[in-house]
Amino acid sequence: MPLHLYLVRRILLMIPLVFGISLMAFIVANTIPADPTAANLGERAAADPEIVAAFQRKWGLDQPIHIQYVTYVKNLLHGDLGISIQSRRPIMEELARYLPATVELATAGILVSLVAGVTFGVISAVWRNRPIDFVVRILSLIGVSAPVFWLALIGQLVLYRNLGLVPGPGRLDIVLTAPPTVTGLYVIDSILAGQWHILANALAHLILPALVLGAFSMGLIARITRSSMLEVLSLDYITTARSKGLREHLVIIRHALRNALMPVVTIIGLAYGNLLSGAVLTETIFAWGGIGLYAYNSARTLDFPAIMGVSMLIAILFITINLIVDMLYCWLDPRIRVD
Amino acid sequence: MKILKVIRLHARRNPLMFVGLVICILWFAVSLAPSLVAPYGPLEQNIRKRLQPPSANHLFGTDQLGRDILSRVLYGGRISLPAGLLVVVSAAIVGTVMGSVAGYIGGAWDEILMRITEVFMSFPIIILAMAVTAALGPSTINAVIAMVVVWWPNYARIIRSLVLSVKANEYVQASRAIGASRTYILFRTILPNCVAPALVMATLDIGNAILIFASLSFLGLGPEPSAAEWGRMVADGIDYFDQWWLSAFPGIAIFTIILSFNLVGDGLRDVLDPRMRKALTR
Repeated sequence: MPLHLYLVRRILLMIPLVFGISLMAFIVANTIPADPTAANLGERAAADPEIVAAFQRKWGLDQPIHIQYVTYVKNLLHGDLGISIQSRRPIMEELARYLPATVELATAGILVSLVAGVTFGVISAVWRNRPIDFVVRILSLIGVSAPVFWLALIGQLVLYRNLGLVPGPGRLDIVLTAPPTVTGLYVIDSILAGQWHILANALAHLILPALVLGAFSMGLIARITRSSMLEVLSLDYITTARSKGLREHLVIIRHALRNALMPVVTIIGLAYGNLLSGAVLTETIFAWGGIGLYAYNSARTLDFPAIMGVSMLIAILFITINLIVDMLYCWLDPRIRVD
Repeated sequence: MKILKVIRLHARRNPLMFVGLVICILWFAVSLAPSLVAPYGPLEQNIRKRLQPPSANHLFGTDQLGRDILSRVLYGGRISLPAGLLVVVSAAIVGTVMGSVAGYIGGAWDEILMRITEVFMSFPIIILAMAVTAALGPSTINAVIAMVVVWWPNYARIIRSLVLSVKANEYVQASRAIGASRTYILFRTILPNCVAPALVMATLDIGNAILIFASLSFLGLGPEPSAAEWGRMVADGIDYFDQWWLSAFPGIAIFTIILSFNLVGDGLRDVLDPRMRKALTR
């Protein structure tokens, strides 16, 4: 099947999936025993039947459940996710405000894990069973085994509190104002505005959260790169490349690594899912104003329109990234396209 | 037992797997009877000795209420291990039912069930679990329920693919030829042949389940605040930043148990995957 037809089919398949996701988010937010009325009105107001009735009428809670869902989907198709009960602002607007922070953090995280993971994996495979291989394998095992929230705390304690190598929580020092918003990513916006001191500060604030967030994926990628490199390095064409006198670093980088990276591409999607989950924990600890923190706060206050909105956004992000990864894989490996 | 011999052989060749197994067994043993090894009770307070750094009397120091952290860490497994086990077992049961129906009956059932698992799997685990736990109210059992809701689709998909591959075998056809009923074939012929790989996967999954449980608990969506639970204890440490021992030791506990499951998992993969076995012995 040509690539563009495959792409169209995959995008069409996303429609029922997104529909299912909306239903699921709706069910989670509605059929659970918690009472959003009590959670959002406070005890005294919730004791007053008139206030309760007004609240339920306002949010459509007095309608039968299937009507509520139909209304929800109708609004959804118009790009309206409803209004947050907590902040009384449109959820779409809030998500748009919080998303860039998470994109910035997650991208930094995936970059860290890709660069470090692939480098570690290659080093480990090339010097197999030497001390450096052992060190790298231990490091990647730590990466996949240490809980994100604990790494974050210990990282803050050691690198911020004790050594003062990195700045404290938040996206910028408190005394600084954010660069004028273009993309919402401080790193890019500060470059666009030419505010180099803000760029330096934003990058410094990004280092530790990105390292912590990327640790798990780094371990995963290093392990997969290592085993896949070991497999590729034993193939005949590598022996051929060596025997025709090619320099060793060219054999490894140009011939072996290229093919060894295929399995790594497939797990990037998986790693990104982990990153989004990890973002909730990382953002909570680093006071990073992204959608992870937003999800946590809305779950805690039972702000159910917000919970629905944020879970849908994250799920759609996740399937979109997996789609991109699959396409990348297709493009890299022509054999897949036949399927 | 041929398989035991193979495993023993590999344990000798693969000391890391052995280390993992030992840590794992140690944690299970400690959690069965923590009172035998813990110097104090998990809830025993001594407010005059609050926030003491590690010392001979309190190897891991004391927390904000003067409770001995070593004892609390040792008792912590009593919540995390059963919770992790319960999540995996329940998810495996639900997943097996769904997966075998999808794989064996096939057709429209298969399509519908698989689309449903896809929807579940589109949500990053912790987001969905967080929403469910927040709504049900934070408690150990609710955290477990929330996790099962998110966990079963993995098993459904794996069991489905196992059933599909086993179904194609000739002995299944033979069983049908001698007139066995559909239920008989599913339960007596197909499922027993799917158990071993699913069991291996489930065992390794316990580490993951413990990690996510600890994360929920860290966010305050697990057991009640005073409980001696690892994630909760790490969270307590946030407010006492200078007293590093409050969060460091419970974190190390979570780390060691997940590490042990990973080590065992790596070892098992080497044993079970002949391709990797070749790559490793080369």
